[in-house]
Amino acid sequence: MIRSDVLRDIAPIIRDHLVICNIGLPSQELHMIDDQPTNFYMLGTMGLASSIGLGLAMAQDKPVISIDGDGSVLTNFGTLPTIANNVADNFILLIVDNGSYGSTGDQPTYAGKKTSLAAVASACGCENVVECAAEDTGKTLQAALDSGKMTIIVCKCESGNIKLPVITKDPVVIRDRFMTAVKA
Amino acid sequence: MSISSKLVDDFIANDVSFITTVPCKQLAGVIDEVEARPEIHHVPANKEDEGMGLCAGAFMGGKRPAIIMQNTAIGVTINTLVTLTQFYRMPLPMLISYRGELREPVSCQVEMAVHTKALLNQLHIPTYHFHRESDADEFDTILKYTFMCNKPVAILTDASFWGGYGDQ
Ligand SMILES: Cc1ncc(C[n+]2csc(CCOP(=O)(O)OP(=O)(O)O)c2C)c(N)n1
Ligand SMILES: [Mg+2]
Repeated sequence: MIRSDVLRDIAPIIRDHLVICNIGLPSQELHMIDDQPTNFYMLGTMGLASSIGLGLAMAQDKPVISIDGDGSVLTNFGTLPTIANNVADNFILLIVDNGSYGSTGDQPTYAGKKTSLAAVASACGCENVVECAAEDTGKTLQAALDSGKMTIIVCKCESGNIKLPVITKDPVVIRDRFMTAVKA
Repeated sequence: MSISSKLVDDFIANDVSFITTVPCKQLAGVIDEVEARPEIHHVPANKEDEGMGLCAGAFMGGKRPAIIMQNTAIGVTINTLVTLTQFYRMPLPMLISYRGELREPVSCQVEMAVHTKALLNQLHIPTYHFHRESDADEFDTILKYTFMCNKPVAILTDASFWGGYGDQ
């Protein structure tokens, strides 16, 4: 399974929740598969999906799912100690770990080599860290939502991309629509 | 009243309830004050761009955020300022220690000081420079301005403003 298959699988689970979606192909795929006002698409700023999601989770009570990438977590490693030490039980960080910088052509990341993001998250002090196979992402995510505990999920999937268009929505429209959904 | 408690009083009076910080020696007093106030959720960040991400999320969750950081962090955060804070039009007061100005003891700090205003200017970030203690009288108005226009706004606070660096 590649990232777009994982997103297709979890779309029914996440569609009613607040989602912060990572830059590049993950946002484009989610936008194509199931565009929702509850989706915040990052059009830039690689690395900050987890930080935005945590800030959002701390500021209000609804569940928040950040869909992140292995490369993006590697570039903002400082996020993991911040998450560990500021527990927000309405926050789920779903790292789609395809072992590559997918959006830029699947150059390999260190997460696909010796570095285990789940081990790093645990070492940083995160308490509920689950690594799962791509096929099990849906049930792992549902269990995390049901647990009411802040959870870090590292979904191991294959690298690979589908062809699809960029998002042309204006960023202020994305943000305004999202904030209206947050308040609803 | 100390200058730090005046600044934090102004944050609270303007409903700023989520503040992220990365320390600077000059900011120690104001960070202690932020930590001490129950009205403010203080989240220390490991890097200032990460802090700006937290602030963006808090803003979308309905809170008024702010960041407290050193001017060297302008070099760390340019991409985030333009592709997140400005691109999505989000307000962000940035209370910044302006290291490398008069009375600075550490030569390396001057290297970023000479670029600080030029970079902020290039980024079209409204910038205020507090040099005398009385300059802080405008802090309340600057906060109102920031949340009126939904932009990142820089408040540079130099060593003279903070009363120097102690024993030298
Ligand atoms: C500062 C910065 N460096 C590089 C890029 C280019 N870039 C955009 S997405 C991306 C890959 C992200 O990889 P990952 O988080 O693993 O997500 P994936 O696409 O694999 O799902 C890169 C390198 C960027 N946008 N910003
Ligand atoms: Mg990847």
